[in-house]
Amino acid sequence: MSFLELKNLNARVGPLPILRDVSLQVAPGEVRALVGESGAGKSMIGKAILGTLPDAIRITGGEILLEGEDLQAMSPKDRRRMIGAKVALIPQDPLTALNPARRVGPQICNRLVDILGWRRREAEARVIELLHEVHIPAPERVMRAYPHELSGGMRQRILIASAFAAEPQLIIADEPTTALDVTVQKQILRLIRDMQARHGTALLFVTHDLGVVSKLCQSMTVLFGGKVLEDTSVDQFFSAPDHAYSAALLAATPKYTDPGGSLMPVPEATIHAVEAEIAAHDLAHQTETVRQ
Amino acid sequence: MSEMLFEIRDLRLSFADLAHKPLFGAAPRIEVLKGLNFDIPRGDVIGIVGGSGSGKSTLGRAMVRLLDVDSGQIRFDGTDISQMDEATLRPLRRRIQMIFQDPMSSLNPRHRVATLIAEPLRLHGFDQVAERVDFALSQVGLPLAFRNRYPHELSGGQRQRVGIARAIATEPEFILADEVVSGLDVSSQAQVLNLLEKLVSDMGLTLGFISHDLSVVRRLCKTTLVLHQGKIVEQASTQALFDAPQAQYTRDLLDAIPLPEVTPGWLD
Ligand SMILES: Nc1ncnc2c1ncn2[C@@H]1O[C@H](COP(=O)(O)OP(=O)(O)OP(=O)(O)O)[C@@H](O)[C@H]1O
Ligand SMILES: Nc1ncnc2c1ncn2[C@@H]1O[C@H](COP(=O)(O)OP(=O)(O)OP(=O)(O)O)[C@@H](O)[C@H]1O
Ligand SMILES: [Mg+2]
Ligand SMILES: [Mg+2]
Repeated sequence: MSFLELKNLNARVGPLPILRDVSLQVAPGEVRALVGESGAGKSMIGKAILGTLPDAIRITGGEILLEGEDLQAMSPKDRRRMIGAKVALIPQDPLTALNPARRVGPQICNRLVDILGWRRREAEARVIELLHEVHIPAPERVMRAYPHELSGGMRQRILIASAFAAEPQLIIADEPTTALDVTVQKQILRLIRDMQARHGTALLFVTHDLGVVSKLCQSMTVLFGGKVLEDTSVDQFFSAPDHAYSAALLAATPKYTDPGGSLMPVPEATIHAVEAEIAAHDLAHQTETVRQ
Repeated sequence: MSEMLFEIRDLRLSFADLAHKPLFGAAPRIEVLKGLNFDIPRGDVIGIVGGSGSGKSTLGRAMVRLLDVDSGQIRFDGTDISQMDEATLRPLRRRIQMIFQDPMSSLNPRHRVATLIAEPLRLHGFDQVAERVDFALSQVGLPLAFRNRYPHELSGGQRQRVGIARAIATEPEFILADEVVSGLDVSSQAQVLNLLEKLVSDMGLTLGFISHDLSVVRRLCKTTLVLHQGKIVEQASTQALFDAPQAQYTRDLLDAIPLPEVTPGWLD
């Protein structure tokens, strides 16, 4: 059984669709990439799962199942408890995820203390241990620092460590390595893979970096305009992608070994074709709603 | 007009280590920039790469004088600005802009996109503000309808582009871009990089480009400077740097780049 399953999830802001019949599954221990261009709805999928969508965005259909249980059918309290115990998020914007007026240490221990009922001392010891593992020098100092006193990459690693602290069964990682240099990124990817292998953590890895996807993930979902274009294995995607958009995305990815390579966006013709595909989907969906 | 837009000489900067402040007396200092020397010719695109915490953002913030330095010189267009007070700096601020690493925290959450982009224009007394705002939006590829959105109503990459629109609106001579494309997909990335390249070639912009994405640096930058623990360990033409990296740290960086292809065992 999948640990996480989205079934035909739809979300709108006003009349505007943000997610269009999104279906995806993450099995226990699976590392699935969620890729797609800026604004495709990647972060919204994460927020829909966690129940933290902004007020303006409404779920208009579909199911979100965690271990087979429908999250939307639960009371908010039960849902929070289940999510708190089993799912952790590594957020996209590390600075806004941290309160600028409070020291880092207490903030990242809070989840362990408040939701999981750990003792503060236990929580701190565990977090310091993990800060070592994400190669933060002098973790004790960092715990007492304010967020603005740390570099972007340090903040990101702190959030990675705190996500792993309670050994959740699913981690939703929203662009977790974007602010990291490649040497640290490689260490972090290794760490994620090791932790993931050791604890069987499932991972939904949101990113636009196909290089990272090719090294860490097993399966991937390609999203465009809130719609899933392709659901495939990583091997398949990098050898023979199925959808024309996927192929264009791969071709447009710069490689440092290919300095002459042009920085060409995905061709407009490809984009237009995908947009037409989405328009056709919307139309079919509308007639369906009308018929019901 | 000086041929070198920036000349940096023995630049040093430290922060107070408040976590280790004794009960009485001053906190010890942590040295972050340890005597940097380099030049940026007009029209150059200089890549600044290096490890997390190596001092890249600090260097950037010092160059645009958002931070005070301990010692050394920052000559901008021939004038040392390293000790200038805010009033003297004021007219120079239009000519030097920075695009920040954390887009959300650098944009006032209570202002709409149009207001955010208009702010530096108003501050420096530009006319036709509304037109300039629209032009900046179109340059970064955001629909004009985004004028009325608040930062929290944008995706990460869209916010990043608002930060860029804000920086280019005043037509500065120098932009320091701190990890501006790291949150962007390849299409938006190409769009932003092509835009920056166009500003360099058409408007004579000089660009400092902080990035950990060496594929992008190779494509965009003429020269590259590698920072490691507050020191410059290598500084060369980008081509030379990639073809024959001299410093061990540079070689480590190149080895750690994940190319978009399946490589079993890469992580081991
Ligand atoms: N509060 C909101 N009100 C209206 N629209 C919103 C709101 N928040 C997000 N959106 C829109 O929803 C769409 C999906 O946003 P989302 O943050 O999921 O994108 P993303 O795929 O994560 O992109 P990125 O890679 O840039 O982070 C975007 O077009 C965005 O503008
Ligand atoms: N305001 C501050 N007070 C104290 N220390 C600071 C402050 N700002 C930065 N530092 C420290 O200075 C060092 C360099 O930080 P900086 O942000 O310049 O790194 P960076 O090279 O930009 O890293 P990254 O790639 O992670 O963004 C770090 O050790 C950081 O903790
Ligand atoms: Mg996002
Ligand atoms: Mg930085």
